[in-house]
Amino acid sequence: MKGIIVAMPQTEATMKKQTSAAPDSAVSVRNVSKNYGTVEALKNLSLEFPRGQLTSLLGPSGCGKTTLLKIIAGLLQPTSGRIEVNGAEVEGPGPDRAFVFQDFALLPWASVIRNVAFGLELRGVAKSERESIAERYIRDVGLTGFEHSYPHELSGGMRQRVGLARALSVDAQVLLLDEPFSAVDEQTRRKFQEDLLSLVKHENKTFIFVTHSIEEAVYVSDQIAILLPRPSRVSEIIRPTGFRHKDVDSIRRDPEYLDIVDQIWASLRSYVE
Amino acid sequence: MTVFGYRLPAMSSLLVWGLLWEIIGRLGLTFFIPPLSEVIGTLFEIIGTPAFLKALSETSYAFFSGVTISIVVGIPVGILMGKSRLLDELLLPWVNIFLSAPLTALVPVLMVLFGFGMTSIIITTTLFAIWIIILNARAGVMQINRSLVEMGRSFGASPLDAFFKIYLWAALPEILGGVRIGIIRAVKGVIIGQLLISIVGFGALFELYSSNFLMSHFWAVLIVLFALAFSISELLAYLERRVAYYAAKR
Ligand SMILES: Nc1ncnc2c1ncn2[C@@H]1O[C@H](COP(=O)(O)OP(=O)(O)O)[C@@H](O)[C@H]1O
Ligand SMILES: [Mg+2]
Repeated sequence: MKGIIVAMPQTEATMKKQTSAAPDSAVSVRNVSKNYGTVEALKNLSLEFPRGQLTSLLGPSGCGKTTLLKIIAGLLQPTSGRIEVNGAEVEGPGPDRAFVFQDFALLPWASVIRNVAFGLELRGVAKSERESIAERYIRDVGLTGFEHSYPHELSGGMRQRVGLARALSVDAQVLLLDEPFSAVDEQTRRKFQEDLLSLVKHENKTFIFVTHSIEEAVYVSDQIAILLPRPSRVSEIIRPTGFRHKDVDSIRRDPEYLDIVDQIWASLRSYVE
Repeated sequence: MTVFGYRLPAMSSLLVWGLLWEIIGRLGLTFFIPPLSEVIGTLFEIIGTPAFLKALSETSYAFFSGVTISIVVGIPVGILMGKSRLLDELLLPWVNIFLSAPLTALVPVLMVLFGFGMTSIIITTTLFAIWIIILNARAGVMQINRSLVEMGRSFGASPLDAFFKIYLWAALPEILGGVRIGIIRAVKGVIIGQLLISIVGFGALFELYSSNFLMSHFWAVLIVLFALAFSISELLAYLERRVAYYAAKR
């Protein structure tokens, strides 16, 4: 178990250690603070997101996970601190990042294929080209045959697949997912988690994944950053490595999986009344 | 409604009222109410006359000009107000004042400013229609799902794209609701404008008929106008229901 769980109180020393341990970061969050009026949502938060891996932001609700994700997306300005994507400072939304929304954020008046192609449409890609790209990702997320359906004709899980396909089709290097499976029933959610694992394996993108489910975080993540309530900072970084190569079906029975779930629960328990 | 087990078609109660009108007319209680059959006869008589067609075309012209101006100006102004705090603070009090103002009282002022003609009538029509269109477009934009706005931003929508591909459509049910009420108000506006200015369109016709005590002509024209206004409103309600189908699902 030693060496899997790296306790990381945020100090300058550990920051240095961490950057040298994982030199290739797709996204770096440097000393970011965010205040909403007098509410301190994030305070001096620093975190590295290794390229090609899935990092979860895990924490109780209200601890600032969405805030951090939107700051990385460029949708919110930090009060202080900076974000770097591939070494360049983030000043707003950009084509290197794509967002998957908790409530899907689909156009209700547009068909599935137009929704999936919408990111490309906004970038001025010609209709035939963007639709052929969209068709590929519609197939990848398992929605073939629904190209001309409308969002209200789909289940919650299928709508989120549309949101995922839209984010994938713009081919951004960084995917930002804000509790994408929270509005989806449990069975669909498990299928999604398995699909997410294979996406991480095959897509060669950096995934930043917000969740409040400990099991979900341990199941899908290469790295888990545990955020503590306001003003939020990273209290621990955990890298579940031992079972990553295993078959998706056996992960939930893996002793290391169960140990990490217990350990995270032990450290979060005190913040839940 | 069913009577003695028979299903009556919609609006069959109109027959009862029509019959009542006919009876009162036949009784000859007042010259002001001729029998309905006479009115309908007159209606078919005058409906093809040059005077009627001229009035109809002048009225349509004023009506469609006023409605077009109201829509083309009102919707963008409403959307901008919904998007910009500054513009909203600046314009909202005026929109609210004009929405509830007794616009009829303004018509004489408009006549002084714009003369006794078509221009004044078009402006009157616009003033009746535009405020509710602005207010509804504004309300429509303000209720747009925040994550839809963020979706547009995160995928790099230009302001123009965001306007035409997201805001306009997301606010469409409210916008159409506003346009429907606006058009109904425009019908009032165009008639009131004509009656007060009374040298063009149906205003002139009304003036002619009532000063010559041609009551069945008067009623015939009135029925035509009511029927037109009602059809326009029903057509718009139908379109609105089609759009609301998507709106309910958003
Ligand atoms: N627009 C806002 N205005 C004021 N406070 C906000 C706003 N957005 C979020 N907050 C506050 O910031 C904190 C973090 O919110 P959020 O990032 O949504 O948390 P999480 O996603 O972890 O549940 C919460 O306490 C929330 O009340
Ligand atoms: Mg959240």
